[in-house]
Amino acid sequence: MPEYEPVLLRRVGRPNSQSIDTYRADGGYRALEKAVAQLTPEQVVDQVKASGLRGRGGAGFPTGLKWTFLPKNHPGPIYLAVNGDESEPCTFNNRVLLEEDPHQFLEGVILAAYATRAWVAYIYLRYEYGRCYRTLEKAVAEAYAQGLLGRDILGKGFHLDVHLARGAGAYICGEETGLLESLEGKRAWPRVKPPFPAVEGAFRKPTVVNNIETLACVTHIIDRGVDWFKSMGVPPDPKNPRDPGSYGPKLYNISGHVNKPGTVELPLGVTVRELIDKYGGGVWKGRKAKGAIPGGISMGIMTEAEFDTPLDFNGPGKVGCLGLGTGAVTVFDEQTSIADVLYNITRFFSHESCGQCTPCREGTGWMMKMADRIRRGDGRLEDLKILEEIGNAIGIMPGTTICGLADGAGWPVKNAIKKFRPEFESLIRAGTKSTSLQLVSAH
Amino acid sequence: MGFLSEDLKQKILACLPRFPNKQAVTLPALHLVQDELRCVPLEAMREIAAMLDLSPAEVHDTMSFYGFFRDEQHPLGKTRLWMCRSLACSLLGAEELLDHACKKLNVKPGGTSADGKITVEFAECIGGCEGAPCALINDEHRMNLTTEKVEALLAELRQ
Ligand SMILES: Cc1cc2nc3c(=O)[nH]c(=O)nc-3n(C[C@H](O)[C@H](O)[C@H](O)COP(=O)(O)O)c2cc1C
Ligand code: SF4
Ligand code: FES
Repeated sequence: MPEYEPVLLRRVGRPNSQSIDTYRADGGYRALEKAVAQLTPEQVVDQVKASGLRGRGGAGFPTGLKWTFLPKNHPGPIYLAVNGDESEPCTFNNRVLLEEDPHQFLEGVILAAYATRAWVAYIYLRYEYGRCYRTLEKAVAEAYAQGLLGRDILGKGFHLDVHLARGAGAYICGEETGLLESLEGKRAWPRVKPPFPAVEGAFRKPTVVNNIETLACVTHIIDRGVDWFKSMGVPPDPKNPRDPGSYGPKLYNISGHVNKPGTVELPLGVTVRELIDKYGGGVWKGRKAKGAIPGGISMGIMTEAEFDTPLDFNGPGKVGCLGLGTGAVTVFDEQTSIADVLYNITRFFSHESCGQCTPCREGTGWMMKMADRIRRGDGRLEDLKILEEIGNAIGIMPGTTICGLADGAGWPVKNAIKKFRPEFESLIRAGTKSTSLQLVSAH
Repeated sequence: MGFLSEDLKQKILACLPRFPNKQAVTLPALHLVQDELRCVPLEAMREIAAMLDLSPAEVHDTMSFYGFFRDEQHPLGKTRLWMCRSLACSLLGAEELLDHACKKLNVKPGGTSADGKITVEFAECIGGCEGAPCALINDEHRMNLTTEKVEALLAELRQ
């Protein structure tokens, strides 16, 4: 692959990359000017549809198609709710985008609002991203001052108000309907779907929910064109009739036991091995990797032998993972106990289950307790079977829960037991106690 | 009514135009109150409810869902030190650091140092994984922590 020139990250590290003046000097808001002067909202939707852009928030739903689900000729209001909750463990690319180049994202927000005829956009940010919040607050004020937000934007009779909303430390606010409930001032209990947000969303009005990276891509689809976007990525897999292909650039996060953790932008479809060796500086301390999580912990676990899997929307599924997720790869080395990894992951979901559905609330707790028992050297071989059973039984796919948190909680458990069974069995048989710390009081 | 300061009430009321209904101001109001008072006392909850035409139980329901908000029995110290314990950080020794910080302050996770300066909590991934182990000082990241850096940080926050 020839060296790829970053687009989404091209301005990172430039002096004052956050300011509207430098952004405009670099060609910023050109796409918006072009769209409102030359394109109808429908044409913007069509371009996004034609680009093949799929949501970067984890589910990979085609963005243009989602926009067409809004009711036609609706009297309004229509809302745009931006998902900036980014709480999937090991994921931080939205943070980089907002801290470094808020206007690139904001231009995408305005374009999406123009296309969907939304009058108000709420940008929901996790509380932990204080710097993003302050950077964005300033960017929004600059955009208002230059007539890019507010009434009669660019003199074209289109209006948009943008408001920032802050979360309060709950992962479930990233699930789109949990987010909407939280925005409405309630506990973030995800809603039963349908109705989907496009029909009945924020304040019971039609609402588009999109991720930050998704909207940053929209800016460049309008600026550089559909052909540019489709010139990179992976075409549909003929063996998977439900795969519409994976086009465009993607931000990948690399962390864990690598020499050079960070964020890289590459065309969709890079392999885990390339990410680790070429962009992550290799596994630390000259060791080998034991495995990695491929796109946030919800997507499951890959073994080292599976590292040649391409990270596009369709790739991780071929080795039994849930999907591309957020494109966040966390590597663990050969000396890490799989029991510690599993415990850490199950503890997360047990802590973050919103408690609304019994299978998820109870199941995530049981899985954590069993994983803990195994790492303390008190596990039983039957535990592996029960863990797998719970992993299979909770989620929207088996039809037992309201939201996908439970699918994401079950997946790494199923993958771990299936792919690392010999290690678990020998740990259990030997009664091996984990040497890493366990904070009894920390749950 | 008179528990919340006039200034705080004005700030809460100023959020109303952003939303089509009053209940949506619940989270902004809880944030404003906790930022200033380091917790959300019952009396504050009642006054928020009155301002937003809600029952105090509705405000309480929302507040108690988010472990983030503290009741008056458990106020935050001057600074909240939120130490990540999720996968990327754990792989680089985060749990040991959390344990160390707790021992230094003589508290359990969630507790506040006797001088009221620091509340130390565990966090689930705070999105600073490239700088693992990582923590938040209120809402700003501190990355690549080590035992020495945590000690220096605690000293800084106790000044
Ligand atoms: C438990 C759970 C957590 C999620 N967290 C996030 C998140 O933090 N950010 C995000 O953009 N999407 C998240 N999603 C996906 C959203 O529900 C939704 O699909 C997405 O925001 C849509 O935007 P997109 O199509 O632009 O990706 C989460 C989903 C689930 C089930
Ligand atoms: S699946 Fe879990 S997180 Fe999702 S709504 Fe049900 S209990 Fe809540
Ligand atoms: S795992 Fe600690 S910041 Fe992400």
